[in-house]
Amino acid sequence: MNRLIDTLAPVALIALLLGIWEAACRITGVPAYFLPPPSAVAKALVSDPWPLIQASWNTLSVALIALVIASLAAQAIALIVALSPILERAIRPLASTLQVTPVVAIAPLVIIWAGIDHAERAVIALAVLVAFFPIFSGAVTGLKAADPDLERLFELYGASRLQRVLRLRLPSAVPFLLEGHKVGAGLAIIGAVVAEFSAGSGGVRGLAWRILDAGNKLQTARMIAALVVLGLMGVALHALLDRLERAGLTWWRGR
Amino acid sequence: MTAVASLEAVEVDYPKRGKALGPFSLSVAAGEVLALVGPSGCGKSTALRLLAGLEGPTRGTVQRAAGRGETAVVFQAPTLAPWLTAQANVALPLELAGMPRPEARAKAAEALARVGLAGAEQARPAQLSGGMAMRASLARALVTNPRLLLLDEPFAALDEITRRALADDVLKLWSDTRPAIVFVTHNVEEAAYMADRVVVVTRGPGRIAGEVKVAGPLPRPPGFRATPGFREAAEAVSALLAQGSEAAA
Repeated sequence: MNRLIDTLAPVALIALLLGIWEAACRITGVPAYFLPPPSAVAKALVSDPWPLIQASWNTLSVALIALVIASLAAQAIALIVALSPILERAIRPLASTLQVTPVVAIAPLVIIWAGIDHAERAVIALAVLVAFFPIFSGAVTGLKAADPDLERLFELYGASRLQRVLRLRLPSAVPFLLEGHKVGAGLAIIGAVVAEFSAGSGGVRGLAWRILDAGNKLQTARMIAALVVLGLMGVALHALLDRLERAGLTWWRGR
Repeated sequence: MTAVASLEAVEVDYPKRGKALGPFSLSVAAGEVLALVGPSGCGKSTALRLLAGLEGPTRGTVQRAAGRGETAVVFQAPTLAPWLTAQANVALPLELAGMPRPEARAKAAEALARVGLAGAEQARPAQLSGGMAMRASLARALVTNPRLLLLDEPFAALDEITRRALADDVLKLWSDTRPAIVFVTHNVEEAAYMADRVVVVTRGPGRIAGEVKVAGPLPRPPGFRATPGFREAAEAVSALLAQGSEAAA
């Protein structure tokens, strides 16, 4: 019974808010280009679903490609850094500078470099940049998170540097890597959307492009419909990655 | 008897804490069971790390069996890798030394059986109880057939029943291959029960307050805790401990 209430509570709140919104629109007669009622948004969602699905897939695929590239690059660099403390000291300030610079500010430059004809490359590159850091810092932290007593045992048993990395540090880093990928995947979508905005109509025709396009035409219901899909996509991806993370941890811990 | 390891007038200074140990001299004979007893922070664990070669002395010399697998350590926590099975954990020292995996795993299974964990080869550390995990840790230490086994308060985190059972088990395992054992504890009874020589360390920086030989056979016969030999040794260790604390205070 309690669980039923727990599941129903958010649904009920959403239904209530939508009801108020719908009623307010009808009573006040606010123009649809300013605030369309939820029913109009629903119509925009259902009446012409294919372009919306296509746009969602465009954004999602950019985010996924970016996630894969960011994952490979971040782990490779983290491994190199873990092997050499001097390299780590050299890379740290550069990495933090790049990390705190907003992706919107870097976007115009990356778009120039990618070339007008390859705006999709710029979008992927920018999403990679955003997804890179959580994975990288997770990997760097994780590679240093091995139990110090286990490190001592490896020393006592004369393990080589390579053995230490492969048999102790890398496995110790797994929980941190899982967490980094979860955060990184969420950020990859945000990065893809921000980059699409920056690239404009020449770029990937994803959800952000749809929001811009509909906004230019004052089709507010279509804007909100694209936003709803974006939100749902984020929630679904987060839920999936949360599952994967927990499954991964169970496998790692054996329980 | 020949010494397996020895500390000669060693002193250890830590950058911020100041002097932690010494001057301190100790010789460990082959096959003996030696207990280091002292209050917390007296540097007894530091002495153990010196014997293990995990740390170097600031002054003085350390002599030890430095060959691969000749010295083994069991820490206060089981210190098992959570992502490996019990068997893979125990096989680790052999595999790191380059032994082929099937051979190492077979020896690990034998070692697990010796500590009473036959059948738990495929269990992960998270699935073992505290006592079982400690046994697995012990199996890992014994799998290389060390000449010197160092135990750093190995039973401190366990309940009284489990620690008594483990004390007997350690002595039984010792009687098979007779490695020299040095173990650190702050429990007087445990020291007098398990060791044939108890070295008492003063409040830090640790020096030797004295030593007590415990008469009686190893492993201990049933009812050993009720014998006069055990009681006298425990009393003597307690007296030395009290003296050591006063001297420094």
